[in-house]
Amino acid sequence: MKNKSLLLYAFAYLAFLYVPVLVLPVFSFNDSQFIAFPLSGFTTRWYGALAGDSAMQHALGNSLKVGIVTALLSTMLGLAAARAVTRYRLRGAGAALGFISLPLFIPDIVLGLSLLMLLGAMGLPLSLAAVVLGHLLVCVPFALTVLIARFEGFDRNLEEASADLGEDGWMTFWRITAPLMLPGIIASLLLTFITSFDEFLVAFFLSGTEATLPIYIWGQLRFPERLPMVLALGAVILAVSVVLVICAEYVRNLGVKDRVVGA
Amino acid sequence: MADNGRNAEGYGLLAPTLVVMGLALAAPLALMAITSLKDQSGIGFGQGWTLDEYGAVLGRASYRLLFLRSVAISAVVTLVTVALAYPMAYFVAFHARRKFFWLVALTIPFWTSYLLRVFAWKIILGFNGVINSGLMRLHLIDQPLGVLLYNPFAVVVTLAHAWAAFAILPIYVSLEKIDRSLLEAASDLGDSALRRFLRITLPLSMPGVIGAAVLIFVPTTGDFVTPSLVGGPAGTMIANLIEVQFNGVGNWPLGAALSLVSMAMVAVIAGLFVASARAAAKAVR
Repeated sequence: MKNKSLLLYAFAYLAFLYVPVLVLPVFSFNDSQFIAFPLSGFTTRWYGALAGDSAMQHALGNSLKVGIVTALLSTMLGLAAARAVTRYRLRGAGAALGFISLPLFIPDIVLGLSLLMLLGAMGLPLSLAAVVLGHLLVCVPFALTVLIARFEGFDRNLEEASADLGEDGWMTFWRITAPLMLPGIIASLLLTFITSFDEFLVAFFLSGTEATLPIYIWGQLRFPERLPMVLALGAVILAVSVVLVICAEYVRNLGVKDRVVGA
Repeated sequence: MADNGRNAEGYGLLAPTLVVMGLALAAPLALMAITSLKDQSGIGFGQGWTLDEYGAVLGRASYRLLFLRSVAISAVVTLVTVALAYPMAYFVAFHARRKFFWLVALTIPFWTSYLLRVFAWKIILGFNGVINSGLMRLHLIDQPLGVLLYNPFAVVVTLAHAWAAFAILPIYVSLEKIDRSLLEAASDLGDSALRRFLRITLPLSMPGVIGAAVLIFVPTTGDFVTPSLVGGPAGTMIANLIEVQFNGVGNWPLGAALSLVSMAMVAVIAGLFVASARAAAKAVR
């Protein structure tokens, strides 16, 4: 009885999460400039318009560049820092961890604006590099959290055994640490890439003339006649991310099976 | 001695991240603090130091209203989001047969643009939107309702939707960690289901609830996109005011002071909340 009402609640909650998101694909196939009911017919012309929009493609390219560089850098920084706090007993490690996690507790608008002021004071131009720096602030704490959990999750005796058997530090890293860390590294890359790819406010202040995809979308929202095309873009992002996430989970599960067989 | 060498290695691993964060976080915030003590003169800053900007931030009634409103909206958003997410996370942790399926299903809506998720609510709540046209078709109303969009209510609904995953996942993780034998023991010793929930499950899941609340409260207080798109004049929040100081009227010292005051305010409220929630959880046990 109680389980039934909980199940019912779960489906109602799922509907609350999905209905607004389904607005994107529904209106992206609607044959009208106006985003209103009733629907007026099926069309794929908004997707055609999207494919032919060079400003969108340029912004997409910028976002991919920023996202990939941010993901690689924040995962590398996170990997080194996570190793330092989990494998060494360092004085002040807690304070360092707190400092690195600080951006989680500061509103994005303050992060973006303070960087904007610093660049201005140093006479540096706004650019995609500045956006990457801002995104590192947001992404490194995420990467660190994921990677620390992974470091704590595997048996450090394996590393010691490798050292005892005569491997040097570098070989131990490549043959023991890296393979065991791989799921964490992939999770960190994915999480930081998605965060950077979707980040608007920091990029809004730091990108200058080079728009990223969220900035492009923000610009389009002012033009009612461009909206169906923007919704088509949202539907495409949704579809691609769903496929990516399912693939990532599939790969992760493969890893789990291998380990079970190996053991 | 060998230990010192090992420690140096550890500090070496930590150094790059600290340098980057120092450069991108500490230096900009320090500069922001310095700028907030200046005043705007023409396109540059005045020579001396002044607390005028802080006087304006704390003194002007319209600014105080925006601070108050931002905190109030965020607090309601946090409360609503956590309260709605808790039963959902509870269901997945304790009753769902295919947990993995549910977790994926619950996160998929968050894999599209934040801007467009917020914008979708404008379409739903709007004058010709989903709700209005649906109600009109059912002949429940003959004029579209104008009260759905451009107010604090719209901001709360939109943010509660946009940040749902940040509530579900931490709460789920803390519920999942609870040792099931504790629950059996409580039942065996005669606790009713409700009493068992209040004395075991809820206190033990508090870390997840507190984590979720902080993860939602901090960013939503400073949110810019949602009040801009669905807030209207009555739903304007502090981030909108800050943005105008930088992009609109060009008063950087005032913008800096507003930023620092809102940052401090959020930190103090979040800190007080965490401390009192921890104390409350302990008292129940």
